[in-house]
Amino acid sequence: MSAIATGRIWHLPDDVDTDVILAVKHFLNTAEERSQHCLENLVPNFAKEVKQGDVIVAGKNFGCGSSREYAPEAIYTSGVTCIVAKSFSRLFYRNAVNIGISLVENADIQAHCADGDAIQVDYENRTIETNGKVYKMPRFPRHLEEISRVGGLVNYHRQRNELAEEGAN
Amino acid sequence: MGHTLVEKLIIKNSGDASIKPGDIVVVHPDCYMTLDIYAPSVVQKLEEMKFDKILYPEKAVLFLDHLLPLGKPNIDSHSLDKAIELHEKYGIKRIEKGTGISHTIMHEKGYAKPGMIVIATDSHTTTYGGGGCLSTGIGYTEMAALLGTDEIWLKVPEAIKVYLDGQLKPNVTAKDIVLKLVGDLKADGGQYKSLEFTGPGAHSLSMSQRYTICNMALEAGAKCALFEADDKTAAYFDMPLDEIDWITVDEDAEYESVLHYDLDQLEPHIAKPKGVDDVHDISQAIGDRIDEVFIGSCTNGSIEDMAVVAEILHGKRIAPYLKMIIIPASNVVFKESIKRGYIETFLRAGASVSHPSCGLCAGFPFGLLSDGEVAVATSNRNFVGRMGSKGSFVYLSSPAVAAASALAGVIVAPETVAL
Repeated sequence: MSAIATGRIWHLPDDVDTDVILAVKHFLNTAEERSQHCLENLVPNFAKEVKQGDVIVAGKNFGCGSSREYAPEAIYTSGVTCIVAKSFSRLFYRNAVNIGISLVENADIQAHCADGDAIQVDYENRTIETNGKVYKMPRFPRHLEEISRVGGLVNYHRQRNELAEEGAN
Repeated sequence: MGHTLVEKLIIKNSGDASIKPGDIVVVHPDCYMTLDIYAPSVVQKLEEMKFDKILYPEKAVLFLDHLLPLGKPNIDSHSLDKAIELHEKYGIKRIEKGTGISHTIMHEKGYAKPGMIVIATDSHTTTYGGGGCLSTGIGYTEMAALLGTDEIWLKVPEAIKVYLDGQLKPNVTAKDIVLKLVGDLKADGGQYKSLEFTGPGAHSLSMSQRYTICNMALEAGAKCALFEADDKTAAYFDMPLDEIDWITVDEDAEYESVLHYDLDQLEPHIAKPKGVDDVHDISQAIGDRIDEVFIGSCTNGSIEDMAVVAEILHGKRIAPYLKMIIIPASNVVFKESIKRGYIETFLRAGASVSHPSCGLCAGFPFGLLSDGEVAVATSNRNFVGRMGSKGSFVYLSSPAVAAASALAGVIVAPETVAL
């Protein structure tokens, strides 16, 4: 991930559930195949038009419902690596952090932007800029910061297991 | 200072009595459960993380419940092959294959017992809290890490006390309590929180009713939902009460808020299509047209639910052209329903009975809805497209409302159908 990402906003409402993000019938064999159906029932053109660097800006309770990690995975595989919402569901929050998505809880941004607006995320200086306004990206709690810093829970454990293996040799 | 139920369960597991809401605590769960649909990803993440074994395979339970019998050739079969790998390569020996819905069997077979912490790759894991067990869901990446390390972090949640007074009237059920609660809290009102049920009304409920409530509490965003352990809990698990009587609310425990419901006053409730929290008194939906009725799911597929439906359908026929699908939640419930004659009642009434599984609640065959079709379902979600096409509509109700509506062909209150 480059330090600064530029793209467009996908503006979504409150209570976007994981069934709408990825329906069970699209639990296909690969992440690529699954991501082609991301948000199909809510934003039919999303999967076709989404580009690397785009950002989802949503209302409250984003990702409510099922525990399915295929929902954040489909978003991530589509190229969206940052999601802004007024609040996230507990399961979506854990899953998204674990696969390396940057989550930004922010009560203001959604009301001050529209679908298709340009947005820039500066991961190094931890700021988001849209419509001439700059917002700070809050840090994760400390225990999650390390998982986030290495790009997710897979990297976190792989690095630890590889170190343990080297130590044993 | 006393403790909430969730604090007591975390203290028992972690040994740390100093915890308070907001603290991050590492726990070693007593049991973990994963499912067929996520097996390929759990195996893939174990490999990517370089875990060549599961630390305590004896703590794990594996369910083949969503995909049996197979619906999608070459896709569902891939999931089952990977589930078998979790058994053969990683040594998970406790497997439930085609025996019914995981969440029902987890308590029915005693995998999730009072006092335990249970973690599973499904949101409705909150169900087992009906038996005084701290149970909550995670994703498959975290499950792989848990299988590899036996460790998971939990944030000690704030708790909401739900005080239930009185007793349910006839034709009003546990589902009506939880529908009312989700309607009041809204879909995010229990976000990150523990919902804890106490009071004489809570103790008046059967174990099945408690599991129904804890199952659907998740739809208010709750991290977990808990009932106190009492003589009913002890009898259900065949455990001495004095082993579990610590799972009770301390009088001086600090709750973020307290909700009070008088069960004597409660009427049947219904969630209108496309909103689990768009809940109304049944009077607001009476006469609404329906095409299909679904009885079942991890919310309402118990033998008590089957009994309610059988009583209403006995000796009657469902409305012409209406489709009714009944799915007992487990083989145990199915066999008991056969023994008691319920299945014959259902078939004589014109309903279809399907094999114990998640069924259409999770978007699997059979009975999925087409554009414009309207269903009343006893399951827990009515999200857009969950039970069929994008243009279908699902009301959520109790088994009593659903069965009575099947006879009438429109939504009715249960008491309007003469028994």
